[in-house]
Amino acid sequence: MAIVTPATTTNAAVTIRSTPLVEVHDIRKNYQLGETEVHALRGVTVSIHAGDFVAIMGASGSGKSTFMNILGCLDKPTSGQYLLEGTDVSALTKKELARIRNQRIGFVFQGFNLLGRTTALENTELPMLYSKTNKNDRERRAREALVQVGLGDRADHFPSQLSGGQQQRVAIARALVNQPRILLADEPTGNLDSRTSVEVMEIFQGLNAKGLTIVLVTHEPDIAQFTKREIVFRDGQIKRDDVVEIPHVASEVLKNMPTIKD
Amino acid sequence: MDLSSALVLALRALGRNKMRSSLTMLGLIIGVGAVIAVIGIGEGAATKAQEQLAALGSNMLFVGSGSVNRYGLHVGSFQTKTLVLADARAIVRECPSVSAAAAGTGTGQQVVFGNENWATQITGTEPQYFQVRNWPFASGTSFSDDDVTQAATVAVLGDTVRKYLFGSRNPIGETIRIGTLPFKVVGVLTPKGTSPGSGQDQDDVIIAPLTTVQKKLLGQEWLRWIMVSAVSRQASYVAQQQIESLLRDRHKIRSSDPDDFVVRNMADMADAAAEQGTVMTVLLTIVASIALLVGGIGIMNIMLVSVTERTREIGVRMAVGATEDDVRLQFLIEALVLGLIGGTIGIVFGVTSSLAVSQGLGWPIRIPLYAIAVSTIFAIAIALFFGFYPARRASQLNPIEALRYE
Repeated sequence: MAIVTPATTTNAAVTIRSTPLVEVHDIRKNYQLGETEVHALRGVTVSIHAGDFVAIMGASGSGKSTFMNILGCLDKPTSGQYLLEGTDVSALTKKELARIRNQRIGFVFQGFNLLGRTTALENTELPMLYSKTNKNDRERRAREALVQVGLGDRADHFPSQLSGGQQQRVAIARALVNQPRILLADEPTGNLDSRTSVEVMEIFQGLNAKGLTIVLVTHEPDIAQFTKREIVFRDGQIKRDDVVEIPHVASEVLKNMPTIKD
Repeated sequence: MDLSSALVLALRALGRNKMRSSLTMLGLIIGVGAVIAVIGIGEGAATKAQEQLAALGSNMLFVGSGSVNRYGLHVGSFQTKTLVLADARAIVRECPSVSAAAAGTGTGQQVVFGNENWATQITGTEPQYFQVRNWPFASGTSFSDDDVTQAATVAVLGDTVRKYLFGSRNPIGETIRIGTLPFKVVGVLTPKGTSPGSGQDQDDVIIAPLTTVQKKLLGQEWLRWIMVSAVSRQASYVAQQQIESLLRDRHKIRSSDPDDFVVRNMADMADAAAEQGTVMTVLLTIVASIALLVGGIGIMNIMLVSVTERTREIGVRMAVGATEDDVRLQFLIEALVLGLIGGTIGIVFGVTSSLAVSQGLGWPIRIPLYAIAVSTIFAIAIALFFGFYPARRASQLNPIEALRYE
C-alpha cells in the first residue's frame, strides 16, 4: 500500500527541511488558577518540518491544548522560544500575532465555529476581511477554497442548512483561504460520526499531499493513524514522539466503510 | 478591515435583531425628536413674539398717568390727573430722541349699530397715533387734527368691532351709537392680533378724536396715556430718561417724591419676552438632552449584551486574524449606525410632531438648520460615547477564552 508522499519533492523541500517550519525550544506555560499555580507545559522541545502531518494526543490536562494555542499564536509561552519560519514569535506584539494568524496559520475547531446566519461563502471570506483583499478577489478565492473541499455547490447555504461534515469542510475552506503555511486542527473530528471523520481526514491527507503542513489534536488513536507522526503529551511534557510507520489512506478506508443511509 | 465592509457587517448584525435594534434606537429617536420639536416650537414662539412686538413698535414708549400715594393711601394706576395734552406737546418739542407723540385716554362703552351691539373700549387720541403705533387702515381714513380741535363725533373701528357690528357690510359712512352719542365711521383698521404679554385682543377697539372722548364721553380734561415714538430703538432708552426728567420738571415734583406717571419702554418688554422664551427653550432642551442620554445608556446596554452573546464570534474573528482595532471598529460602527439611523428617524419624528403641534395649536414653528445639525451630531456623539466601552470590552477579550465560551 502506497504511503501518501508529498507530490512536490523538489529542491525547495530540501531547503525547508534544514530550517524547520516550527521550532519550539523548552517552552513552559504557567497559569495562576486562584491560589495555585498550574504548570500546563513543563519544557516542551519539538520541531515540525514543512510537509509534516502531526497528530497530537494525550489525556485532557496533558497540555496539548495549551501547546496548540501557543503554536497558533493565540497564547504566549511563559518562557522558552517559539520560532515560526525562523521568526521568534514570543517577541511579537498582539497586532503582529494577529497578522501571523491571518497570513500563516489556518484554524479548524472541534465545534466548527462558523458564524450563524452567514453563508458558507461569507464564512470562507472571513479571514480576507482582515487582510486587505478587495471584494472580487475575496469572493473568487473563497469559491476556489470551497471547491477544494468539495462544497462548490453549497456556497450560498447557511451553516444550519449543512451537515456536520459539510460545516467542518466550510471551516477547512476558511482556514485555507489565505494560503497558510500551517493548518492547526483542534479535534476536528470530535463532533463527527466515524464515516464523516474519515472523509475529513481524506481532505487533510489530500492537502498534506500538496505540501501543506498539518498539526491536529485528537483523542482517537484511529484518527492519528491517518497522520505521519504521533506526539503524545503527558503532564505538560512530550512523552512519546513516533513516526506512524504505515499511515492509513482515508480514500481506501472509505471504500470499505458502509454508507450510513438516513 | 476597511470601512465599507465594517459598515455592511454592522448593518447585517443589526438586521439580525430588528426588534432589539429598533427598541434600542427608540430612546435616541425620542431624544432627537424632542430636541427638534422643542427648538422648533420654541424658536417659532420666539419669532412670533418678536413679530408681535415689532408690530407694536419696538421704538415705542408708553407714558401713563401714575398712581399716587395720598396720605398713605395708595391709589391704583391711571389715577393722577396731572398728565395733560400740554405734556405731550412738550415731550415732542423738548426731547431730542422723540420723533412723535400721541396723547390719549379711554373708556369702556356699549356700541350699537342697527340690531347689533357690542361692548368695547373707546380710545380717544390724535391722528398721529396710527403712525406711532404703525397701524395701517384697511379702508377709509383717519380723523383729522380739525376733528380733534372741534371734538367731532367721528370714529375709526378696530377689526373685531367691525366684524361684530357690520359683518360683511361696508361700515364707512355709517353712523353708530357710542353710549348715547351718534358717531360717523370714517375708517377701519387692519387686524393686529392679540397683544404680546397681556394677550388682549388689540382689534377690539374704537378710536375717536381725543377731545370728543374727553369732553363728550368722559367729562375729563386729563390724559390716561401718551404713546411716544423714539427716533430709533436704540434711542428709546435715552428718550425714556428725557421724558422722565421733563415730566418731573413740568409736574414740579420734588427730588424726594416719586413720579406721578409711569414710562414703559417696549424695547424692555421685547427683551423680557425674548429672555422668557430663551429660559423656556433652555429648560426644555435640558429635558430633551436627558432623553438623549437615556437613549445612549440604552445603546450601551444592548451593545454589552450583544458583545456577550457574540463572544464566540469575536473569538473566531480574532483567531482568523482580526486585531483589537478591527474588533473595536466593528462594534463602534454598529453603535454609530444605531445612532445615525435613530438620529435620522428622530429628525423626521421631531419635524412631523412639531408640524402637528403647529397645525393643532396654531403656533408657528421654525426649525433652524442648527437644530438638525446639533441633534445629529449629538446622537452620533452619544452613540460613540456609549458604544466605546462595549466595543473596547469586545476588543479586549482573550481569543482562547472567547472560543471556548458557551
